[in-house]
Amino acid sequence: MEAHVEEVPRKSKILQALEDQNTSISFDDPLENDMILNMGPQHPATHGVLRLLVRLDGETVIGCVPELGYLHRGYEKLAENSTYHEFIPHTDRLDYLSPLSNNTAYALAVEKLLGIEAPPRAQYIRVLISELARISSHLLWMGTMGMDVGALTIWMWTFREREKLYDIFENLVGARFTTSFTRIGGIAHDASPESLAMIGKFLDELPANLSECERLLNGNRIFVERCDGIGVITREQAIDLGLTGPSLRSCGVDQDLRRANPYLVYNDLDFDVPLFQGGDTLARYYIRIAEIKESHKILNQVLEKMPQGEVHAFKPKKVLPKKERVYTKMEELIHDFMIINFGVEPPVGEVYHAVESSKGELGFYFYSHGEGYPWRMKIRSPSFVNLQSLPTMLRGAMISDVVAIIGSLDPVMGEADK
Amino acid sequence: MNEHVVQKLKSRFGEGTFEFHEFRGELTAVVPRDQIVEVCRFLKEDPDLHFDLLADLCGIDMYTPVKRFGVIYNLYSLKSKHRIRLKTFTEEEDPKVPTVSTVWSTANWHERETFDMFGIVFIGHPDLRRMYMPEDFEHYPLRKDFPLMGIPGSLPLPKK
Repeated sequence: MEAHVEEVPRKSKILQALEDQNTSISFDDPLENDMILNMGPQHPATHGVLRLLVRLDGETVIGCVPELGYLHRGYEKLAENSTYHEFIPHTDRLDYLSPLSNNTAYALAVEKLLGIEAPPRAQYIRVLISELARISSHLLWMGTMGMDVGALTIWMWTFREREKLYDIFENLVGARFTTSFTRIGGIAHDASPESLAMIGKFLDELPANLSECERLLNGNRIFVERCDGIGVITREQAIDLGLTGPSLRSCGVDQDLRRANPYLVYNDLDFDVPLFQGGDTLARYYIRIAEIKESHKILNQVLEKMPQGEVHAFKPKKVLPKKERVYTKMEELIHDFMIINFGVEPPVGEVYHAVESSKGELGFYFYSHGEGYPWRMKIRSPSFVNLQSLPTMLRGAMISDVVAIIGSLDPVMGEADK
Repeated sequence: MNEHVVQKLKSRFGEGTFEFHEFRGELTAVVPRDQIVEVCRFLKEDPDLHFDLLADLCGIDMYTPVKRFGVIYNLYSLKSKHRIRLKTFTEEEDPKVPTVSTVWSTANWHERETFDMFGIVFIGHPDLRRMYMPEDFEHYPLRKDFPLMGIPGSLPLPKK
């Protein structure tokens, strides 16, 4: 084993990238026709601060090395130094296009560590916000994807729908963007009838508006032909590279954590997991549209089935008490003080819990020493893992397809760089 | 399912090889460092267990005098929809663990990230560069002895 000890490379990044196996070419290049193109980190089509080093032969990509880390903020280090409650606002800044599903994923993982469960109404509201976040994220993706391949109108149309969603979030949560809505053992506050009515109205209008947007792209020959057959990845490659979410399902792998390992109340809800076989950019487009429709189905059921009741679990030493009781009752004041200052103190142990976010499997791993701070927290971010398949997808593509393929993966750098 | 995995692993690698923990229904197997690739390959290729997706790989700094650094593998089976966790430890001096990127390609970036954050060297890794931090950064930020505020001067700034 010790025989193959490899020295840590001490070369410059670019030099190393050039010598990297992924960029090496399989034929002789005596005339040195190959060209290295640097794309990003400040590039409008790389969806954030993603940097790619692309090796080109004419217009054909023969290798690509993604560089990450331009948005690295050290959230895992911060988590080790803050209590479980204190970290909730940071989860908004991971996948900033669907902060609500990050909040839910984080709260579920901590609850698993603590061994508590949120009451039914809170669980329904969590499903509600996760699915709204999924719709919001997919709508944004649809707009920017259209924009990446030159269809500018669609962006204005999907953002019109997203604007309605943000109005809903404002009413429901109190913030449009940085929501921090979930709490350990529940959610910040109950959903008001007014916001539920807003959601109902949005859902009534969504199918017509979505099919309008869809008609703009599905019948658009330029869009379809630009996306068709590029960025292909096979089923085996996708599993090997750890792809999850819509990108994996577009290769025909039936894997959705909402079905496979049901959490919250997904077991009681009736929905399908859309599957496509192509594994190309167009399949990834169709699958996201189908997922918006499934989310629409789920949301209608949630509104119908949502029970009345509490939205906080009654676990005084684990769950923050209501503010009005903190100000009037001694016990609650003590509990509030202890939880805020010393944390919730889960038992010694480790858990990993993952949810199906709009990008794929979003997981949180906790290692607890029994203190109010996690000893180690790991964010398994879907964008980070999905980006790893980029060199595979880009090989052999045209330079003009690069933006379409990056777009089809739907990476969010806030999440990939943590 | 956890029982089944334990039985399978014991019958293939012997009784005393692993240390098993179970917490909240999740199985953790502590694997000796030099057997990790073999165990991973077995878990992936056994038709019955078939842990074909490496969901996550990360490092941990236990901050103990012996076995300071650990590497954690969260495996998932697309067939049985089951999760298990493997763990292996290495010493503070010369932390080295064999790479599993030969078993799952997805381990490539995860191991780069772990190397970047903890300084754990993965033996046989095809492309062990830093993932997030600058290439000439000398410290490993997620080690417990790295201060939260950072180390002044560790990132060179332009001169006045």
